[in-house]
Amino acid sequence: MRFPLSSAHAECGDGARAGFDAPPPDRRTILKVGLGLGVGWCGLRVPVVAAEDASRARPHEGDVLVVAYGEQAGQVISTKTLPQGGPQLIAYPMDPVAKVIRDGSLLNQVAVVRLDPTGLSESTRAQSAAGVVAYSAICTHEGCPVSMWHKDSKTLFCSCHASRFDPTDGARVVDGPAPRRLATLPLKAVDGNVVVAAGFTGRVGGKTQ
Amino acid sequence: MKLVRDLVILGAVMATALAPILADAQGITGYRPVTDQRLAEPEASNWLMTRGNYQGWSYSPLDQVNTQNVKKLAPVWALSTGVDSGHQAPLLVNNGVMFIATPYNQVIAAEARSGKLLWRYKREMPEGLSVLHNTSRGVALHGDKVYLATHDCVLVALDAKTGKVAWEQKVEDWKTGYYMTLAPLIAKGKVMVGVSGGEFGVRGFVQAFDAQTGKPGWKTYTIPGPGEPGHETWSGETWKKGGGSVWITGTYDPASNLTYWGTGNASPWFGDQRPGDNLYTSSTVALDADSGKIKGHFQYHWNDSWDWDEPDAPMILDFTKDGKTVKGLIHPARNGYLYRLERSNDKISFVSATPYVKQNVFKSIDPKTGRPEYNPERVPGTGKRADFCPSLWGGKDWPFAAYNPKLGMLFIPANDNHCGYMTGKVQPYVAGKWWTGVDIPDIGFAVDKNARHFGEVQAWDINGNKRVWSHLFTDSMNWGPVLTTGGGLVFGGGTNDRYFRAFDASTGEVLWQFRSNSGITAPPVSFAVDGVQYIGVASGWGVDPAFQQGLLGDLLGWPKDVPQGGVVWVFAVSQ
Repeated sequence: MRFPLSSAHAECGDGARAGFDAPPPDRRTILKVGLGLGVGWCGLRVPVVAAEDASRARPHEGDVLVVAYGEQAGQVISTKTLPQGGPQLIAYPMDPVAKVIRDGSLLNQVAVVRLDPTGLSESTRAQSAAGVVAYSAICTHEGCPVSMWHKDSKTLFCSCHASRFDPTDGARVVDGPAPRRLATLPLKAVDGNVVVAAGFTGRVGGKTQ
Repeated sequence: MKLVRDLVILGAVMATALAPILADAQGITGYRPVTDQRLAEPEASNWLMTRGNYQGWSYSPLDQVNTQNVKKLAPVWALSTGVDSGHQAPLLVNNGVMFIATPYNQVIAAEARSGKLLWRYKREMPEGLSVLHNTSRGVALHGDKVYLATHDCVLVALDAKTGKVAWEQKVEDWKTGYYMTLAPLIAKGKVMVGVSGGEFGVRGFVQAFDAQTGKPGWKTYTIPGPGEPGHETWSGETWKKGGGSVWITGTYDPASNLTYWGTGNASPWFGDQRPGDNLYTSSTVALDADSGKIKGHFQYHWNDSWDWDEPDAPMILDFTKDGKTVKGLIHPARNGYLYRLERSNDKISFVSATPYVKQNVFKSIDPKTGRPEYNPERVPGTGKRADFCPSLWGGKDWPFAAYNPKLGMLFIPANDNHCGYMTGKVQPYVAGKWWTGVDIPDIGFAVDKNARHFGEVQAWDINGNKRVWSHLFTDSMNWGPVLTTGGGLVFGGGTNDRYFRAFDASTGEVLWQFRSNSGITAPPVSFAVDGVQYIGVASGWGVDPAFQQGLLGDLLGWPKDVPQGGVVWVFAVSQ
């Protein structure tokens, strides 16, 4: 249980993860600790979110990734089903035990792409599984889906305002109006499948969300 | 004669707006309701609707600011909206109160002569909502309310005095790709809105709501359903996701009670995936304001394959041809031709189409019907690349042209010497997802690197159907709607250098310019308070101009960074 508050800001935008990692502390505890560190109401959101449908929760360690749309929607993504070198596939996390796909929030969309592991930056490789990397598919600019692939530069491309992100290097911004990189969803390989190793590394969503 | 008219105008102005705007706990005091009569005959001192009048002229009769004194035009006040991206809304003014619409659906009320903030409405967007064009083309006024069409596809009525929500009415489900960017049209107590979403496989429509209560009234799809005339121009089930967005406010002819709306591209973008003419996409449609019934249409190009929306509603004006007066409609089309049409109670007839930029798709145009014949090599299809000019942004995208009735002249913000190329593919349809047949990174854009210019402002003699002058921009496109005035001026921004300019309407000479905070893509307006004429415009670059500028940075080395952030500017002649 990482909650609270060493990274209080991140937990505000990512409260569901905190809430589901372990039974949430009772409301009074959160309030006391939160106020003590001056973050106040932010901590109060955690039990509220925790009580919501698991489909709205942010991805957890151990979740698998399933195809979000189209004819293959719901199929579990393995390292082999992804095209080598892109483009990305848009996925949702799924609780593999309860079989709950976390599609209750559009902010749970993830861009999954399979790349040559030797071409990944060191920090990105550490969060990848057999060359597969996953990032929030919600642009940090205005929250549009990063659902397109820029073939020439092999970058993830926002479908509204043309921001581009380098999937080999932590989805740093290469071009366009996005103010920051996409949050990474760290992965690990388990029995040929890619499995979520930890929650998003940062806040998901655009500036106005 | 001119002096007399000036005095009449100023007299009317002074009689209606002498006191400062007061606001108390109940909001703005003495707010003057907007009636159907006032909308039909708007006072020169006010700017009550998107293009200034129902006819869509973007014309202010005010002439205190004129070719002689415009050099002394100077900022009176500015207001930061606190919002970035493309500001594309005109500043509406009703007796000294200004209403400003911003991207992400904020509405700000301010005192028009001082810039004092009166109230602000901020719409909270639902989680997960993102829109391709996060802009607003403005609000509409009626009674004591302000009407806003939102990104999440809701029609909101605000109390003009307080900015508080009077009522909300859902128009469509945003999760299926519908959104709204236009300013509503108000006529005869009805609020009419249309929907965007032609890149997401929607079926476009216009719907009317009761202005008082928000109760839904008639709803007319721009894509006819089974049994309706025009349905036969679609094959199979393609009509269900046929596009035909309504991006822009309609114009209205009170004499015939007809509203005129421009419609967007057919969906998906490649015509071979939906054989047929695909009525009423890329068209103007005439809808009866009372019933919503279609009373006429004109399709500029059938079975569109170039993403050439024709979103801009036609101007309603009379012109002469062969010595006769024609009750006309005027539309500088995205397909690169300037159309003159004839309007009547039950049809729209073709009069003429004249290219105003380079266009290489049409081989000919039928002189009776206006129907073009295409060069098949210029028609992209599924698995078939074609190069075509102008590019998908057209000779003129949505930015409004302006008509000056004193001069009989039309002013067009145009873009020339740019082309596009595309290869279509079949994309699986997923509700609310991009569904055009080509992903954005694969849309080709090219320019003629030897061209003398790209953006321009063109002036046309609408009776002679001839270009009179053209101001050329060598280092910028032009994304700026224009305003023309009784003072013989044309105002517009639209360039990447952030300038706002005044042209001599007769000659095209630049008489004044001012470098603003950002690129200007909003319609300029003019109004008067206490006998002083003002020019106002919102500056804020974003959306398509910003994306295109990025491509031009790669192609021509133009600066990619056009600073963003919305600011409202109001100018007057310094005494």
